[in-house]
Amino acid sequence: MKIFDIAGSALAAQSARLNTVASNLANADAVAGSPEQAYRARMPVFQALQMGAPGEVGVQLQGIVESQAPAEKRYEPGHPKADAQGYVYAPSVNPVEEMVNMISAARSYQSSIEVLNTSKDLMLRTINLGK
Amino acid sequence: MAPVDPLFGIHAESLRLRSKQLDVIASNLANADTPNFKARDIDFQAALERAAARPAQTPAAAPTSNELVYRTPLQPSLDGNTVDMNTEQAAFAKSALGYQASLTFIESRMRGLLTAITGQ
Repeated sequence: MKIFDIAGSALAAQSARLNTVASNLANADAVAGSPEQAYRARMPVFQALQMGAPGEVGVQLQGIVESQAPAEKRYEPGHPKADAQGYVYAPSVNPVEEMVNMISAARSYQSSIEVLNTSKDLMLRTINLGK
Repeated sequence: MAPVDPLFGIHAESLRLRSKQLDVIASNLANADTPNFKARDIDFQAALERAAARPAQTPAAAPTSNELVYRTPLQPSLDGNTVDMNTEQAAFAKSALGYQASLTFIESRMRGLLTAITGQ
């Protein structure tokens, strides 16, 4: 009966992944005055989680890491946040990559929902055996 | 309970093993994005034969390492993950169908028995 715990952990993990995608897309245009202050793209790191007997493995979020890609330098001398040379630093968020992550997370989420629904139907049929 | 039940045959054992198989396939689906995760499955034929052959009154055992096998990956992947969503979804559908088939068989046997007992 661990199937509900396993599918539940998958839903939580993919949901966290969608949250990081939303964060990255929301901050894609937030420029800063120095490379240290620029927003860094966040990525979730997943880890397998043993849930009892061998073969029953859920998933958990090991952590959220920040991308080490350098901030994008743009020449905008009129910008209020521009530094002494007139550069602003934009986050290294790639919108295409984020959309791909979103589609992948949505597909995994839907697959886990299907697992939950099918298991629930089977268990209900088993409970109602003989009625 | 004897492994080969006089009324339900092998289907009682089959139900238990299908349930375990659904757990393993759900684990694969949950870990489709986990780096270095290796997809597994239960060799249903071998596990069922072993379960049917055990002597009566012994408790049911978990699938051994011989039966909890690793899936052969169809294509190499950069992060070491061998889960293919499509293969796992098809395997899940097949296992759920096997579970339903055993359940239907058990149900029809039960109905037959009830008809014999109550006479209607």
